[in-house]
Amino acid sequence: MPTKPLANGLRRIGAGTIRAVSRMGFAARFFVAVLYHSPAALRRIPLTLREVYFAGVLSLVVIIVSGVFVGMVLGLQGYDTLNLYGAGDSLGLFVGLSLVRELGPVVAGLLFASRAGSAITAEIGLMKTTEQLSAMEMMAVDPLARIVAPRFWGGVISMPLLAALFSVMGVFGAYVVGVRLIGVDSGTFWGNMQAGIEFRPDVTNSIIKSVVFGVAVSLIAVFEGYDAKPTAEGVSAATTRTVVEGSLAILALDFILTVFMFRGVGDV
Amino acid sequence: MTNAIELDDVSFGYDRRRPVLKGITMSIPRGQVVAIMGGSGCGKTTILRLIGGQLRQQHGQVKVDGASVRDLGREELYALRRRIGMLFQFGALFTDMTVFENIAFPMREHTDLSDALIRDLVLMKLHAVGLRGAAQLKPSELSGGMARRVALARAVALDPMLVLYDEPFAGLDPISLGVVGQLIRRLNDALGITSVIVTHDVYESLKIVDYLYFVSEGRIIAQGTPDEVRNSADPFVRQFVDGEADGPVPFHYPARSYAEELAAGAN
Amino acid sequence: MNRSAIDLWVGIFVTIGIGAIVFLALKVGNLASLDSKPSYHLEASFTNIGGLKLRAPVRAAGVIVGRVESVKLDTTTYEARVTMRIDNDYKFSKDTIAAVLTSGLLGEVYIGLEIGGDPQMLADNGRITKTQSALVLEKLISQFLFDKVSSGPGQ
Ligand SMILES: Nc1ncnc2c1ncn2[C@@H]1O[C@H](COP(=O)(O)OP(=O)(O)OP(=O)(O)O)[C@@H](O)[C@H]1O
Ligand SMILES: [Mg+2]
Repeated sequence: MPTKPLANGLRRIGAGTIRAVSRMGFAARFFVAVLYHSPAALRRIPLTLREVYFAGVLSLVVIIVSGVFVGMVLGLQGYDTLNLYGAGDSLGLFVGLSLVRELGPVVAGLLFASRAGSAITAEIGLMKTTEQLSAMEMMAVDPLARIVAPRFWGGVISMPLLAALFSVMGVFGAYVVGVRLIGVDSGTFWGNMQAGIEFRPDVTNSIIKSVVFGVAVSLIAVFEGYDAKPTAEGVSAATTRTVVEGSLAILALDFILTVFMFRGVGDV
Repeated sequence: MTNAIELDDVSFGYDRRRPVLKGITMSIPRGQVVAIMGGSGCGKTTILRLIGGQLRQQHGQVKVDGASVRDLGREELYALRRRIGMLFQFGALFTDMTVFENIAFPMREHTDLSDALIRDLVLMKLHAVGLRGAAQLKPSELSGGMARRVALARAVALDPMLVLYDEPFAGLDPISLGVVGQLIRRLNDALGITSVIVTHDVYESLKIVDYLYFVSEGRIIAQGTPDEVRNSADPFVRQFVDGEADGPVPFHYPARSYAEELAAGAN
Repeated sequence: MNRSAIDLWVGIFVTIGIGAIVFLALKVGNLASLDSKPSYHLEASFTNIGGLKLRAPVRAAGVIVGRVESVKLDTTTYEARVTMRIDNDYKFSKDTIAAVLTSGLLGEVYIGLEIGGDPQMLADNGRITKTQSALVLEKLISQFLFDKVSSGPGQ
């Protein structure tokens, strides 16, 4: 029958949709459960500090190095393009705006998802695979409070700090290229930047973005770990999903946030 | 006095197609050491998980200390689990903590004991399983048998009223095996607790237990005291006690006949 | 990794992270400048503001003295009413001229203030009456063409 492949295809789409929606519902319930267990977890500061160490401190190097390089490239390309219009002096503004409004939170978020998010997923997934989570439950210790919530908050705390650091390193990289190498006047560089970038809304929105990304990536990471199939392939698939879903979530959220935050800033 | 554990016509399946347990009934009196034996994959671990409330039976009743486990709320279930120790089949030690921290974990989570006191208690438990010297090792640095002994020490860390041992003897050399067996018995008698041992080791368990259940294909097929088991003429029991490969307990997971499957592959 | 080493590293991390946010706020975002300084408001109406944007600078003799805070269309006169926030350090005479200007051909649009001779100074919420609207390029060009056409080709 010729309609058979069509019907099968539709059925597959339907099944996939149902699965996706039910997974999202499950993730939302999971989020509520994590929040519910957060006060207890946060009261034990060392648990969360330890996760700030793993999510934040261990991401420092990659964030600093990437930040400097992205800034240097921005400096080079930005100056080239701006100079076409005789606006090479606006380099500071161009670099500062790109980093603060977009690249800082977004690139730091992408790096965070692949560096820290994947590690969180793999760790929780392996704990599940080796029955450590079960063992904890049998000891009347809720893994959501003891394992998941501290990792979630460790990520949420680390992310804005990493994003700010990324932006600063980027500005520094652009400064090195623009001022030291190309010879833009240092005063012009900073002056243009300061004249064009406002604490509110530019810097505050940057921080809001990075917090939102931190929540999204950390939630995806702990959820995928907790939900992983308890096998080696299950954990590896979950780790991949964290990176993919985390990155897509960041890009999508960035678009939505940008629409809300900066619409109307430029116009009256 | 109620029994420590009571299973009444319990049925359970992980999915609807294949039931794992089909009407299990057993009662385990307080203060006894009881063994559950059966072939690999017959549902022994599943029984322990039902007792611990990690799984919920589809049919029948599981009672621990008089309370139906399936009907407990979260708080009550956690209160119950605080009085249960469980040794997992694969140890399930926390891999990011040292041996010492693994055993201290339940104490730190559930008590306000001082660090000094916790240290003494942990070393005491480790001494009992002969691993005081390994306190600062990570689980990855332990052999399988050592890990099992650490897990055993952790299971009894809070001096529970009920301890569930899933394969406590697997991977142990004959000496530690005897020691662990005696340890389970002594802990049971000294602290007045109830112990459930899931094991394949008939020889060792006959030495220490008060009662044995034999499970096959989701049903209890034989039970009795060690003496009854030793003298039993039941073919199931004989197969276990004498360790014969062929007998009423099937070695193979249900499947098509071997010849049929080979023939299917050849086409 | 023991407790105190973790604490130390997390301490370092949080410190430089917060340092980075402060740097963004002060050095990049210029939080310390106008926003927090005491300021007052001035108003001016223009027939056309061209590409003037919110928070565009207000300059006097090229020095930034304030920023555009709001722009509204006055529905009685159909003029654009612009409110500026001016640094308290700077006072302007009553006959100051406000003009919508562009730095360079494609540069940013700002408001230029040109001081007059009146000894009386504008107070908070004062109104600048003399204004000069934005030059709109299209209008200029069409005007130029129109002049050409009307002056006739026969010369
Ligand atoms: N998480 C699960 N999902 C689906 N089926 C499972 C799951 N865990 C166990 N089973 C099935 O349930 C049956 C009983 O498993 P169980 O772990 O209780 O066996 P066991 O008696 O402990 O075996 P062993 O002595 O090998 O540990 C097995 O056939 C197994 O295939
Ligand atoms: Mg088992």
